[in-house]
Amino acid sequence: MLQVAAQKRRGTFELDAQFELPTPGVVALFGRSGCGKSTLVNVIAGLLTADHGRVALDDAVLLDTARRIDVPPERRRIGYVFQDARLFPHLSVAANLRYAQRRAKAPPFVDIDLVADLLDLGALMHRRTHQLSGGERQRVGIGRALLTQPSLLLLDEPLASLDTSRREEVLPYLETLRDQLAIPMVYVSHHFDEVLRLATHLVLMADGKTIAQGNLGDMSLNPKLRAIIGADAVGAIVDGTVLGPDPQSGLLRVRVGNGELKVHLGGAAVGAKLRVQLLARDLIVATQAPQHLSVRNSLSGVVTAVMDDAEDSDLIAVDIGGTIIMARVTKAATRDLGLAPRLPVWALVKTVSLRPHPI
Amino acid sequence: MWLSANESEALALSLIVASRSVLFSLPFAVLLAWLLTRRQFLGRTVLDAFVHLPLVLPPVVIGYLLLLLFGARGPIGGWLERAFGIELIFTRNGAALATAVMSFPLIVRAMRISLENVDRGLEDAARTLGAGALDRFATITLPLMLPGVLAGAITAFSAALGEFGAVITFVSNIPGETRTLPLALYSALQTPGGDGAAARLAVISCVLGLSGLLLSEWFARRVRRMLGHH
Repeated sequence: MLQVAAQKRRGTFELDAQFELPTPGVVALFGRSGCGKSTLVNVIAGLLTADHGRVALDDAVLLDTARRIDVPPERRRIGYVFQDARLFPHLSVAANLRYAQRRAKAPPFVDIDLVADLLDLGALMHRRTHQLSGGERQRVGIGRALLTQPSLLLLDEPLASLDTSRREEVLPYLETLRDQLAIPMVYVSHHFDEVLRLATHLVLMADGKTIAQGNLGDMSLNPKLRAIIGADAVGAIVDGTVLGPDPQSGLLRVRVGNGELKVHLGGAAVGAKLRVQLLARDLIVATQAPQHLSVRNSLSGVVTAVMDDAEDSDLIAVDIGGTIIMARVTKAATRDLGLAPRLPVWALVKTVSLRPHPI
Repeated sequence: MWLSANESEALALSLIVASRSVLFSLPFAVLLAWLLTRRQFLGRTVLDAFVHLPLVLPPVVIGYLLLLLFGARGPIGGWLERAFGIELIFTRNGAALATAVMSFPLIVRAMRISLENVDRGLEDAARTLGAGALDRFATITLPLMLPGVLAGAITAFSAALGEFGAVITFVSNIPGETRTLPLALYSALQTPGGDGAAARLAVISCVLGLSGLLLSEWFARRVRRMLGHH
């Protein structure tokens, strides 16, 4: 368990944050630029001191202002991946990696070969850092942080300085890390698609404060998220299990709740976990079992709540068997269909609007 | 060789004095540059002014102050002689000390500029990688401020070759011991028929000074390229 609480005043800015993360897990600190995410991460790393605060990872107390404990950053065993990579310009890639490895304060569980393998660094080893592309720099930065044999990895917007295609170059490596090394991670981002792909937990921040937190599925239903990501990106994030290919359509069958979705995705093994975001704007609600429709996916469930969304729309929460999804409908539709809690409904979604991510 | 024995002696002595002067002042200059750039403490401004004093004081005053402090009966000079048998007055080491003090502001200034350009973020990164304070300084800060250290050293070396007033006041003008190029030039001008010697010494001084400045620029460029700046 990672426990973080920090208060810090800096001019007119005030940080007042607290969150917990069951380990191993990936917590995303999510919020607009300037909301204090980086400040909080620097407090966890020890690069900034908090006025009041406590940072503890499992049994190790790294900061406790009440007990005057403040382990210096060089002894916290926290790997830090910076937005601007911060590779040492006077050293080669290999020397940057060795710099971290030599100073590791814990018995090694990753070595340079493994890091080079996980992050595809083999061909870069003898380059100088200014000969690297943005994506390559970040991969080296991630490798360097791992070689400190960290018990926690902080990633402060590691993809923010990259354009979209470069981002796609680095994201899969981060997924590999999450899946192959059981290191808890704190991932700072203001891109929700990164959070969607990497995080297990989500902490929302606004104006220096942590305003909501929980596991990603629950948080995807939290109304406070909408203010940050915008109405169009609102939608339940559900984790499903691959049932196998559908011979007729060539699509992949995925179990979510008590229902089944068909998605485009090649090469996923039966039993594999998939994460799908069902955008509220893409869902259609029917009060009768649908027929004669082109829509491939129909999930039956029960309305659990009707929430005010905008002036002329509602969000309908539907329980599809232990899993909640959300659909956006007009207030007129709510009225005409008589949508209300406990009403059995069918939620429809087009296959082409689903983008599943392996998790 | 078109130099007389005395002139080559003065040239060699100048090079020795300037090298010792730079080697002696480098560690202190790095320390002071770091203190003045990175630390906030009481009396920082006063210390800063003190370091720059040789730039604004007449060199004779510096030589005189050195005589008071480092002379045979001065508080530091007396102690150095009793404790270590080091004599500064009327020796080439004394000449090196005088030139070191005179060129100190130049070398500190060059280092401060390059230290200010060292990205503190890189030092933070080294910290998160487990590097303690001295380790960070030796492996990150110092290598990254190397352009400034080199530029400062070469400029100070060139300036040390030409120091006159402080040297002649502190250690006098002794052939083979403290008579460096400018002192030899001065002596030649005082000697009837010394015009030729004076002209040759002046040419050597110009060549040395110019080479120093060019070398400094070339070094700085090389190091910048090595670090990937363009």
